[in-house]
Amino acid sequence: MSLTAGADLAAGSADSGATGEQAAGLYRDAFRRLRRSPTAIVGAALVALFVFVAVFAPLLAPYSPTAVDLTDIRPGVFPGPSAEHPLGLDQLGRDELSRIIYGARYSLLIGIVSLSLGAVVGLALGLLAGAFGGWVDGLVMRLVDIMLAVPSLLLAIGVAALLGPRLLSVMIAIAVVNVPIFARLLRGSMLAQRRSDYALAARSLGVTRGRIVLQHVFPNSLAPVIVQGTLALATAIIEAAGLAFLGLGSADPAIPEWGRMLAETNAFLASAPLLALWPGLAIVLSVMGFYLLGEALREALDPKLRR
Amino acid sequence: MSLLEVRGLQVHFPIKRGIVLERTVGAVRAVDGVDLAVERGRTLGIVGESGCGKSTLGRAILQLEPVTAGTVAFDGEDLARLKPTAMRAMRRRMQMVFQDPLASLDPRQSVASVLSEPLRTHGEKGPYDKRVRELLDLVGLPSSAASRYPHEFSGGQRQRVGIARAIALSPELIVADEPVSALDVSIQAQVVNLLEELQERLSLTYLVIAHDLAVVRHISDDIAVMYLGTIVEVAPSEDLYARPLHPYTIALLSAIPIPDPEVEDRRERVLLRGDLPSAADPPSGCRFHTRCPYRQPTRCDDEVPVLRTPEGFPGQAVACHWAEQVASGQLRPASSPVVATAPDG
Repeated sequence: MSLTAGADLAAGSADSGATGEQAAGLYRDAFRRLRRSPTAIVGAALVALFVFVAVFAPLLAPYSPTAVDLTDIRPGVFPGPSAEHPLGLDQLGRDELSRIIYGARYSLLIGIVSLSLGAVVGLALGLLAGAFGGWVDGLVMRLVDIMLAVPSLLLAIGVAALLGPRLLSVMIAIAVVNVPIFARLLRGSMLAQRRSDYALAARSLGVTRGRIVLQHVFPNSLAPVIVQGTLALATAIIEAAGLAFLGLGSADPAIPEWGRMLAETNAFLASAPLLALWPGLAIVLSVMGFYLLGEALREALDPKLRR
Repeated sequence: MSLLEVRGLQVHFPIKRGIVLERTVGAVRAVDGVDLAVERGRTLGIVGESGCGKSTLGRAILQLEPVTAGTVAFDGEDLARLKPTAMRAMRRRMQMVFQDPLASLDPRQSVASVLSEPLRTHGEKGPYDKRVRELLDLVGLPSSAASRYPHEFSGGQRQRVGIARAIALSPELIVADEPVSALDVSIQAQVVNLLEELQERLSLTYLVIAHDLAVVRHISDDIAVMYLGTIVEVAPSEDLYARPLHPYTIALLSAIPIPDPEVEDRRERVLLRGDLPSAADPPSGCRFHTRCPYRQPTRCDDEVPVLRTPEGFPGQAVACHWAEQVASGQLRPASSPVVATAPDG
C-alpha cells in the first residue's frame, strides 16, 4: 500500500518535470528560493523523514505492530522504555515504536488518498466554474457554498457515520471536506487570470477560448493549488487523527493509527503519560513538516516577490 | 477608403445588483458615441485623462469588449457582422500592444513560445525558429532572447517582446494602449522610436492611446482628444498643439509646463476644477460643462454639442458650441475663484 503511495509521489514529481521545460520560469525560480529558505528545509526534512518511515516501515520497525509481548505486563503497570522496546509497550503489550512507525503508513495513505480524491473533484468543479463563468459558475459555486456551510468536522463525522467505521470512510470524509476548498481556490485564481492582460493578448491574437483556458489560464492558476495541496496534507493527517480519536476511524483494532492510539491511551493517561506523548509527537511533527513546506512554497511562489 | 472607420461606437458596462437575482440598475457609459477614421499608414493618437474610456475604445475597436452600439469597419468590413471564425482570421490583420509588458506576457511562456503562438494560431507551419529570430531582430533583441522568460528581461525589453508579438503576423493595424507609460522615461523614447521605425518598414497603421501629451505629439499624425466617453476634438497633430479649440484641450495643453521660467511665469493657465464626472451618470448637454471655464448659461447645460468643423479652421473638428468665440478671444475663461463660488449646474 505504502509502496504504491510512494510510487504515486514519484510519478507526480516526474510529471511536473516533464512540463518543467515550459514552466521553467516560475517553478525554477521558486525552487531556487526554496533551497535558500530555512523553513522549507526543515519542512522538507520532516516530510522526507515521514515519507521514508512510512515507505520502509517493515524494514525499520523492530517488531510487528501486532505482536504482543506479555512478559512484563500486569494490570495497571506499563513497562516504560527499555533496551528491547525503546518507546515501551502499549496497554496490550505491543511495541510502541513499531506501532508509531507503521502508523506513519496509515497517516500518509489517508492523507494522499483523501487529498487526491478531494483535489480531483474540487479542481474539476473549480475548472468548470472558472473556465465557463456565467451561470455555470453560479451553479457550481452555490453548490460549493452549501458544502462550506456545513462545519467540516461535522461533515466528516456524518460521512464516516454513514459509511461505517472503515479506513475508506475516513478518506472519503476528508476528501469531501477538501472539495469546496480546492474548487473555490482554483475558480478564484482562474477568474483573476482570465482577466489578465496576457489572456486578453491571446484573445487579440485569435487564440480560441478553450486554448486560452487550458494553455494559459489553468497552468497559471495552479500555484496556490500546489500550496493548498501541501497544507491540505497536514490538515488531512490531523483530521484523520481526530476522526480516529472520536472512534470514527477503522474498527480494526490491529491498525496502528495515531489518532486511535491517542484515544486508546486516554484511560491510562495518569499511569502511562508517555504512551499519549509518542503518537501526539508523531502527529505534530508530520503535520508541522507539511505545514512548513506549504508555507515556504507559498512564499516561493508568490508572484509579488518575483519582480 | 480609411483602413479603420468607427461610427457611433458605444460600449456600456451594465451595473448589476443582487446576489441570486441579478438586475441591471444602470450602465457605465465607458464609450458613448465615438466616430473616428484612420487612414492607411497613418497614426491616430487618442489622449484623455484616466477613466475617459480611451482604453475601452481601443479594445472595442479590436472587438475585445462587447460593443453596445455602433460599427467598427476594418478595411470596409463591419467587424461585428463577422462570424467568430472569420473574426479570428481577421485578427491577424489587427494587433495590440499593451501597457504593462510584464502582465501582457504569460509568465510560463518563453519568448520563443510567445512569438510562435500567433503563427501557430493562424495555422502557419513550423519550425518557427527562423521567424522568431527575424522578429527579435526587428525589435532589436538578440536571438539568444528566444529561450528566456519574461521576468528575465527589463521593462523596455519586455515591451519589445510585446511589440514583436504584435507584428508577428504582419498586421496592418496596431492598437497601442499606453505603450510606453509603464516604462522608465529614459526607455520611453527608445520604444517610441522603435514603433516609428517599424511603422515605416512594415507600413503599419497605428492607433496610439496615451495620456502623455508629449508621447502622442511625437508619434501621431492626427490626435483625437477624449473626454468622458466622447471625442471632443480631432485635429492634425501640429494644429492641435498650435491652436487647441476645445476648452478641454486648451486646459490640457496649458498644463504642460514650458521649460523657460520667464515664459512659464507670464503664460495664462486654464485650470480645471473638480474630478472627472461619473461615466454612469454623465452631465447633461455638453459633458464638459461641469468643469468648463468657458461655460455659457443654459446652452452648454442643455444641448449636446456635435463634432463639427468650426468656421475658419479647416481640418480640425471640435465638439463645442462656442469654439469660434473661444478661439477669437471673445469668450474669456472664468478665473478660478469666481468659478469656484458659482453655483454648480
